[in-house]
Formats: sequence, structure tokens, C-alpha cells
Amino acid sequence: MPFVSMTVNGVRRKTGVEARTLLVQYLRDHLRLTGTHVGCDTSQCGACTVHVDGVAIKSCTALAVACDGATVTTIEGLQNGDELHPMQRAFHEEHGLQCGFCTPGMIMSAIDIVRRNGHDLDEHTVRKQLDGNICRCTGYHNIVRAIRAGASAMRPR
Amino acid sequence: MHDFIYHRPDDLGVAANLLAAKAEAKLLAGGMSLLPSLKLRLAQYSDLIDLKSVAGLQDIRREGDTLTIGAMTRHAHVAASDEVKQAIPGLAVLAGGIGDPLVRNRGTIGGSIANADPAADYPSAVLGLGATVTTNRREIAGDRFFTGLFETALEEGEIITAVRFPVPFRSGYMKLPHPASRFALTGVFVAQTRVGVRVAVTGAGSSVFRLPAAEKALSIDFSPAALDGIAVDPGALTSDIHASAEYRAHAIVVLTKRAVTAAQAQ
Repeated sequence: MPFVSMTVNGVRRKTGVEARTLLVQYLRDHLRLTGTHVGCDTSQCGACTVHVDGVAIKSCTALAVACDGATVTTIEGLQNGDELHPMQRAFHEEHGLQCGFCTPGMIMSAIDIVRRNGHDLDEHTVRKQLDGNICRCTGYHNIVRAIRAGASAMRPR
Repeated sequence: MHDFIYHRPDDLGVAANLLAAKAEAKLLAGGMSLLPSLKLRLAQYSDLIDLKSVAGLQDIRREGDTLTIGAMTRHAHVAASDEVKQAIPGLAVLAGGIGDPLVRNRGTIGGSIANADPAADYPSAVLGLGATVTTNRREIAGDRFFTGLFETALEEGEIITAVRFPVPFRSGYMKLPHPASRFALTGVFVAQTRVGVRVAVTGAGSSVFRLPAAEKALSIDFSPAALDGIAVDPGALTSDIHASAEYRAHAIVVLTKRAVTAAQAQ
């Protein structure tokens, strides 16, 4: 059984996994980081979005072994002590969720949108860039508002 | 997903040797099509050979009138590359519309064309620009690369290393994205190249194809109006639950006009 070694939310992890283990299975079942959700399991919904080496990907469509040596951030790794990440706080303040199932993926994607498009985001850009994340409650209005507010709050002071 | 042995060589020769040595081995690029098909058990392999660490497969470089994109270059990198945007804006637009941002962060040009999905975007650029596919063994003309439904001219054990695009005067890509998958229900790549106008259609047949009538009309007059009166025969086109052949035939002409308009804006 191959060993994978990766830094997850700042902690170095080394575990034996089957080669077929998906990154999301590794995170949820092996590391018990269940904040990353499995929605569709067919690369459509984005609930499983995490950052691998700073880039957002769908962890249901990546092999854990292929992430050997990588730095991975999940929703659990965003907050600083008791202080929420500005994007998490924006989702809270703008009520950017209904049932909350898609929220971890939405937030991880939102941070990637800021990485790619900067802090000044118009509504059209956010909606277009949110293509890979589905909210089955259709709560997009507040999600879009939250991402714009979060992007602005992430601006370095 | 059935289990397999995972390999991550850092050298092309080692990858080729592994591929030759294992009877049921498959190359893994971005995995955006391969992993879903393994998960659904539509495919099964004894070994996966991941190309992500192979040196020299992720470069984008322009030399004179040729833009070369390494096989393992991610869609997001092509879409954001200043080099691509400057040389072939239509190609940057195409790459920026594949799947969704998370897929584009992972999927690669080599993986896309090797898979040769009939509704994939990249094949239309390879054919529409008259590109050359470079492998570990030879060079394959874009005109001969796509041979059918998920079929290419690649031989057993052959590995795509790069795609070489001749820089055109102008180019444009337009598609009707499927609302759920973002695959092209129909997509058209138009290029005004040094050897004439080329029009390539994806998503409408079992494989990407050219549109000689439109190419001829646009060679005389590179404008949307030149396509008035051009009709596409729906006889050979795809008909499925998403769109009829007649719908696609109509869409091809509309999208070709829009792609010309996009090219004219350059």
C-alpha cells in the first residue's frame, strides 16, 4: 500500500492508502476532516472543493497519491484560532447559506476566485466564476453578496 | 473504482517504458475525464502512470509564428497566459470556457485531445488552427489526429508531449455550452491563417470536423454576412436528448458567424 505524505491545514500527515483512494476520501475517512463534503461525486457540484498547493480543485476527482508532497487546505484550516477567515465571516454576515451543505466548497472556491480575479468583484464575475459550485437550495443571491463582501474584506490592510 | 498501481515518473523515457511494460496501463494527465470513468467503473487499468512530474511538459512558448503548449499545461494556465492571449486570443477564450474554474485548474490540453471527447473544446482549436501534435515518437498533423469517437491517431505506448499552433492572423471560438456539463452542445473555431481560412466544428458529430463551404465563403469575405445562405446538412450530425441534428446544423452557422465577429474584434 503506497504511503502519502502531505501537509494538511499546516500539519504534516503520512498515511498508507490504497492508490484508488480519492483525496476527499483521504481527508474525510482517514484524517476525519469531514468539513469537506461529497455532494454529487461526479465533479459537478463543488461541495468537495479544497486547495492543493494554493489552487482550488474538486477533491472527489483527484487521487490522494497524486497529492503526495502537496500542501492542502480544507475548510477546517481557514480560521486563525477563534477568528474566522474574512470569507467565512462574510458568509455568516451576509447569510450566504441556507442548508449549508455546499458552503465549505463555496467558501474554498470563493477564495480561489479572489486569487484569480482580485478583490474588486462585480456580480457578473462572481456568478461566472462560481460555475463549478452548485447550491441545491438555490441560495445564490446571498452567496454572491457574501463573496463580494469577503473579497473586499480579504484586501491586505 | 478498482485499485491499480500508481506511478509518478519524472522522466518521459521512464513513463514510456512503464507504459510499454504494463499491458493494462493508462496515462493520467489532469484526470478530469479518466477519474470519473474509473469511478463509474466504465474503465479499469492495472497501472496509472501520472505525467504531472515529467519535466518539460508544462511550458508555453512562442517562437516566431509558432505557439507551443506543453501537453500537461492546465486549461487555467492557457486561459491566463499573456503569451497565448497575445498570439492566439481565440485559444485563450476557448481554454477559459472549458468546464468550470475548478476543472480548468486541473485539466490539461494533452489529456483533452488524447481523450478526443466528441464534445470537447480543444479538438476544434487543433483542427481549426491546423496545429501539429508532438509525441515522444513523431509529429502528427492536426488534420489527421482525430479519427473518430474517442479515437485518435495515437498508437500504443505513444505519449503526447506538446501541441504546436501556427499563430493565425485572427481567430475566434464560440460554443453553446451544455447548461450542466459545459461541454459544447456545438462549438465552432474559426481562424484566418497564413494558409487560408479554417473552420472546425466540435460537439456536433462523432468527431471534430471542418466546414469547407464556410471556409470558402470566408476566404472571399471574412465577415459574418459571407455566411448568409450557407446551410449545413443535418444528415451526418449528432441528434440526442440535448439537441436535434437540425438544431445543431442551425447552431453551427450562427456560431460560425459569432466566431467571425469575435475574430474581427482582434
